Amino acid sequence: MSLIEGFGVLGDPMNIFYMFLGVTLGVLIGVLPGLGGANGVAILLPLTFAMSPVSAIIMLSSIYWGALFGGAITSVLFNIPGEPWSVATTFDGHPMAQKGQAGQALTAAFTSSFFGGTIAVLLLTFLAPVIADFALEFGPAEFFAVYLLTFCSFVGMGKESPFKVISAMMLGFALAAVGIDTVTGQLRMTFGSIELLRGFDFLIAVIGLFGVGEILLTIEEGLAFKGKTAKISPTIVWQTWKTLPKFWATAIRGSIVGCWMGITPGGATPASFMSYGLAKRFSKRGRFFGTGEIEGVVAPECAAHAAGTSALLPMLTLGIPGSPTAAVMLGGLLIWGLQPGPLLFVEQKEFVWGLIASIYLGNLAGLIVVLTTVPIFASILRIPFSIIAPVILVICAVGAYTVHNAFGDIAVMLVFGVLGYLFKKLNYPLAPLVLALVLGDMAESAFRQSMLVSNGDVRVFWSNWLVGTLVTLALLMLVWPLISMLIARVRGKKDEDDGEVETVASH
Amino acid sequence: MSHEAAGDRSEHTVSVRTVDVVVAVLFMVVAAVVMWDALRIGAVWGVDGPDAGYFPFYIGLLMFLSSAATAVMAVVTKTPDLSSFVERGQLGMVLKVLVPTVIYVALIPFLGLYAASAIFIAFFMAWIGKYGPVTIVPVAIGVPVFLFVLFEIWFLVPLPKGPVENLLGY
Repeated sequence: MSLIEGFGVLGDPMNIFYMFLGVTLGVLIGVLPGLGGANGVAILLPLTFAMSPVSAIIMLSSIYWGALFGGAITSVLFNIPGEPWSVATTFDGHPMAQKGQAGQALTAAFTSSFFGGTIAVLLLTFLAPVIADFALEFGPAEFFAVYLLTFCSFVGMGKESPFKVISAMMLGFALAAVGIDTVTGQLRMTFGSIELLRGFDFLIAVIGLFGVGEILLTIEEGLAFKGKTAKISPTIVWQTWKTLPKFWATAIRGSIVGCWMGITPGGATPASFMSYGLAKRFSKRGRFFGTGEIEGVVAPECAAHAAGTSALLPMLTLGIPGSPTAAVMLGGLLIWGLQPGPLLFVEQKEFVWGLIASIYLGNLAGLIVVLTTVPIFASILRIPFSIIAPVILVICAVGAYTVHNAFGDIAVMLVFGVLGYLFKKLNYPLAPLVLALVLGDMAESAFRQSMLVSNGDVRVFWSNWLVGTLVTLALLMLVWPLISMLIARVRGKKDEDDGEVETVASH
Repeated sequence: MSHEAAGDRSEHTVSVRTVDVVVAVLFMVVAAVVMWDALRIGAVWGVDGPDAGYFPFYIGLLMFLSSAATAVMAVVTKTPDLSSFVERGQLGMVLKVLVPTVIYVALIPFLGLYAASAIFIAFFMAWIGKYGPVTIVPVAIGVPVFLFVLFEIWFLVPLPKGPVENLLGY
């Protein structure tokens, strides 16, 4: 019922226009190096300040769907993942392009993305109101428990060294604390500087870390694009579509993995790897994976898009984003005066259902846009880096300035850019840093409120079954790296886990 | 410790391990500052609940401990990563991008964003891309003009303007 009202919101032709504009901009962002879902949305956020919240969120979420679609184009044609979650798509997507099946690979990737996104939005439609209803009863202790679980999951599920995850996360919390303390009004870590009084805005951090940092990394690799050309004709699309139904099991498995990883803050990237791994294990043609199997494209794309979509579920219902991009959108909601969380479903029905309806249509719009415009976007990739790079740096500077109309922010963005470059090279994860910066104040006030209620007694976090389960689960996540190391040791794989975990360079 | 590294000596700068330790120590310094500031404003249970420094203190403490662990692990590991953190040529490329960007950002308050961007793009294309004026002029002028139309006219978001825009009557 409410969903139908949501589609009614979309009846406004301007909203449909913003949707197509958003998807197109999103694909562009997904294709360009240095611009991705998170910083792309952050840069374009100020453009939406003049719009109504509904139109604005429709455009921003469409940018995000576009970026999810766009990542696949560079993966298949150039073997360069435009987004971290499309790394797994390169494994079979690029070999297919080398065999001259770029069109088939892209059609499969886009269709799988669409499928994964649709499954996730169905889940969102039915689950979100239930969770929001449930969360209305939450007190500060419950909210802190959910925050704790979010952050501990990064430690438990991250590929990076758990110590580096914690360091990066704590840096985010520390940066979030800079400025005026919301409870006592005291100044924290401002050291007498007026610039620091405003604190650090995570949008600036996102633009610097993901945008400038990525440009520096790309230039270091001495970028030489050697791409395959893609021809997508209706015949190829039709023929590929006829082969896809037999991968239904892989697609559904990938979507489920994606939904799960999107809701818990694992995110789209690990979801795509996990789905690829599962498909390889279960497929009859598993041993051919990596040589250009269409199923190896279907699996990661379903998962990535499902994860990207379902990351909005905790963001909307609890006010806790599951990914940096969802965090940026949450920032947008706050700017428009909308407080994400369970009350949103009660007080802002039109907004919530308009957004959910726009995801259905945005996915479809994305599919149409990418299937028809691949050659144009592929040709953008052929523009030399020495032209693209300064333009992207200019766009980043504009984005950083427009957040608060402050020159100082552009300099802060540059510092974050260098930090992002260093962190990426040393395998410090960026997502926990960003989420801690976004949620720092809220997590802190939830913690202080629950401490106030209990008079400083930590047992408040085990005072009922819900809070107790969440906190226990969180602590389990926190020590999970230790547990898995012990298990590995018992099995006799001593030498592998001793030192640093080596991760494959993913850029 | 960077002397044992294998590979091309001339391209070698510092090892990954060295940078890893340096960054971890910097983290510890930041953590110490956070804890010091938290203690200054009070990190204990005050009269009416936890003080303003209560939460940040533990944040700082956790950051300090985990970074110390990273540093220690990088030093005592049996398989240290002694490969070059960044090769000389790569570092040169990164600086070639970073230094002009810093100058560009410093110029924005004086020239306005549009003029500074035009100069930056033109300089970058000429210096790194070795393009001639025929390619440079359309991009260096076109991008700021497009941004102007997009922000000032279409979305009504004002960006910093300088003497050039004043001259043109904006």
